Amino acid sequence: MPVLEHEDAQIWRRRTTGQSLVRWFGWLLGVAVFVYCWQIISASTTWFFVWDAPRIANDIWTRATPPKWDYITQLGRPIWDTLNIATLGTIIALFLAVPVAFLAARNTTPSALFIRPIALLIIVSTRSINSLIWALLLIAIIGPGVFAGVIAIAIRSIGFCAKLLYEAIEEIDHTQVEAITATGASRWQIMAYGIVPQILPAFAGIAVFRWDINIRESTVLGLVGAGGIGLQLSASLNVLAWPQVSLILIVILAAVMISEWVSAKVRGAII
Amino acid sequence: MLRLQKLTKTYKTGDQALKAIDLDVPKGQVLALIGPSGAGKSTLIRCINRLVEPTSGEVLLEDVNLVKLGSGALRKARREMGMIFQEYALVERLTVMENVLSGRLGYVGFWRSFLRRYPQSDVDEAFRLLDRVGLLHMADKRADELSGGQRQRVGICRALIQNPKLLLVDEPTASLDPKTSRQIMRLITELCLERGLAAIINIHDVALAQMFVPRVVGLRFGEIVYDGLPTGLTPDKLTEIYGEEDWEATIEKVDEDEEIEAAE
Amino acid sequence: MSHLELDDMLGKGWRKPAFVKNSMLRWTLIGGFVAYLIAAFMTIEVNWSRVYEGLDRGWAFVLAFTSPDFISRWSDIWSGLLESIVMTVASSVVGILISIPIGLGAARNIAPLPVYVICRGIVAISRALQEIIVAILLVAIFGFGPLAGFLTLSFATIGFLSKLLAEDIEAMDKVQAEAIKASGARWMQWINYGVQPQVMPRLVGLSMYRIDINFRESAILGLVGAGGIGATLNTAFDRYEYDTAAAILILIIGIVMVLEYLSGIIRARVQ
Repeated sequence: MPVLEHEDAQIWRRRTTGQSLVRWFGWLLGVAVFVYCWQIISASTTWFFVWDAPRIANDIWTRATPPKWDYITQLGRPIWDTLNIATLGTIIALFLAVPVAFLAARNTTPSALFIRPIALLIIVSTRSINSLIWALLLIAIIGPGVFAGVIAIAIRSIGFCAKLLYEAIEEIDHTQVEAITATGASRWQIMAYGIVPQILPAFAGIAVFRWDINIRESTVLGLVGAGGIGLQLSASLNVLAWPQVSLILIVILAAVMISEWVSAKVRGAII
Repeated sequence: MLRLQKLTKTYKTGDQALKAIDLDVPKGQVLALIGPSGAGKSTLIRCINRLVEPTSGEVLLEDVNLVKLGSGALRKARREMGMIFQEYALVERLTVMENVLSGRLGYVGFWRSFLRRYPQSDVDEAFRLLDRVGLLHMADKRADELSGGQRQRVGICRALIQNPKLLLVDEPTASLDPKTSRQIMRLITELCLERGLAAIINIHDVALAQMFVPRVVGLRFGEIVYDGLPTGLTPDKLTEIYGEEDWEATIEKVDEDEEIEAAE
Repeated sequence: MSHLELDDMLGKGWRKPAFVKNSMLRWTLIGGFVAYLIAAFMTIEVNWSRVYEGLDRGWAFVLAFTSPDFISRWSDIWSGLLESIVMTVASSVVGILISIPIGLGAARNIAPLPVYVICRGIVAISRALQEIIVAILLVAIFGFGPLAGFLTLSFATIGFLSKLLAEDIEAMDKVQAEAIKASGARWMQWINYGVQPQVMPRLVGLSMYRIDINFRESAILGLVGAGGIGATLNTAFDRYEYDTAAAILILIIGIVMVLEYLSGIIRARVQ
């Protein structure tokens, strides 16, 4: 916040000239990068289609309405599969995430030098890769179907749950653990009495939160063949059965809203 | 019963928290450990049950050197030493009863404690202790629903149900109001008398210490600078422990307080 | 709980009070959950012989991570990766710019009711639709290529950022904003001096987080033809070229880690 002397008057400026220059240069660079990116996108776009887009959108809309309501009778099983993929995937992920989180938390890891980095690597690698990619991979390995979907969701969720859980473990009140240690409790008893009660609310919250996300993700896993309602979506898209597509989209939207409502209710009850 | 010999603790940062402490606590004696913040009071009692590992020296509990024990034997030794904490250190999301019973963890196996199936004798003892401190009706309340004084009573029950020979008490009154502080100090000293327990009580409130204990140990910069009767704490001695300050007021206040207490 | 006498309680067993007090309800919940789990397990069709065969391929894939092949399809990987990064940058810039006015409009304490309703509506739609479904529709309308991906990610960014920004504005310190208003500032000045300084650090943090998410999402948009590295990855899986797939996954994980690290630094600096 410099004050300049200029013809005997003091002029206040927020930044010095140097700072302003750096800022302007930064903005310039940012704009240049954006323009460059836009040019790449523009170069690989067929603009004819884009100008035609309103007509096509209108066309799709007229074909897709009204939705083919009686198709819903065929969606019972896919919806059930979708629910199972999300729920079972979440449960499996939680079972695996708990040990990973304890190994990754600074205050519970047996070895900060060797085991913690491995646990963190598991967290980062499972978290960075979308469940659709995991599904793609698992289908290549164990074949298409609901099972691949369950495993894909489970793997994707490990890192997410373990990360939030280990942060919760690192934030626990250490004196409570000390008090249990002072009674002569064993390592496992210290865990069960000193640590677990403190992280239980966080754990429940994470479980429900992730389940909600997994419902969303499992609705589209079928696009790559991993079971659930996405399979019907993909099949309907392939034959351009737009009335079916619109019905499926409505069902997915409803499922997402219901799961969000359930998860908000449950979290409210816990906290 | 408890003997500390040349007990030294040097932290990794290089701070010498304890400098070759020698201390003898006979059976059944309650002593107060006073001294300014950072004098090493907390470190001293945590070195006794090895929540903090001492750097060198010996801690002899009935002629067993605790410093040398392996983890299994250390757990057995910890059962002999009940600990009471400054901020109560109750497991807040467990019930009062679970907190009290957690004092038996050193005696019961993992699955028994995990499934909350404690032996009937432990459950009875927990009820008796809660009744003794006047909290029997709170047994199934969650610990975080209790007031500060009530929590500290539960903390005392947890320490006593261990059936210890020695109590390690770390600033039991630091988070309590003056009246509750006295009640808690009275309760601790009474219980020690009833059960013939020795106790080391860390306390920063000199007046409170003088009121309740027969022996005071003053600690400064990790060294014992006073060891004797509470009445021997003259202004000079307090200056030696805490540094320069007008002590007359503190000591007078004690007398007044005692009069008020007597009148109540 | 009524006051009990010690003598009544001695000799009686003690049980931990149950989480759900009503025992009927408790057992119904437990029974229902177990029944659901059994039903879910029964209906998952697992082709165990196929899974068993797949174990070899799974192992081959794990081994591929030790010798990833960056070279033989490098030009495909590079163009895919570049497209993903370009889409991420462009969509983040556009998304953030649009989400600021919508976020302002969706905050009840500064926006008039009609504006609030419209902005909240946009946020709700954007959040309810998943990226991949939006991408499918946009590909159908605009044709294949990164433009559809760019629009998808921008749209998703708006929903995400506007909602969090609006919540942040609603939770801000009123007194500071009122002090600026009291000085006779106009609406724009009020936003600039009273609101912006309070929410800016969090906006920067959230934007960085969203860039991270956008990159991860851009990796799957290629599966439905919306540009990016996903198409390359899909091809690699289809051809069982696990070493190339491993190379791509390593690159994705690496970039995500770098982004997380950068966003950590930037968030620490602005806060």
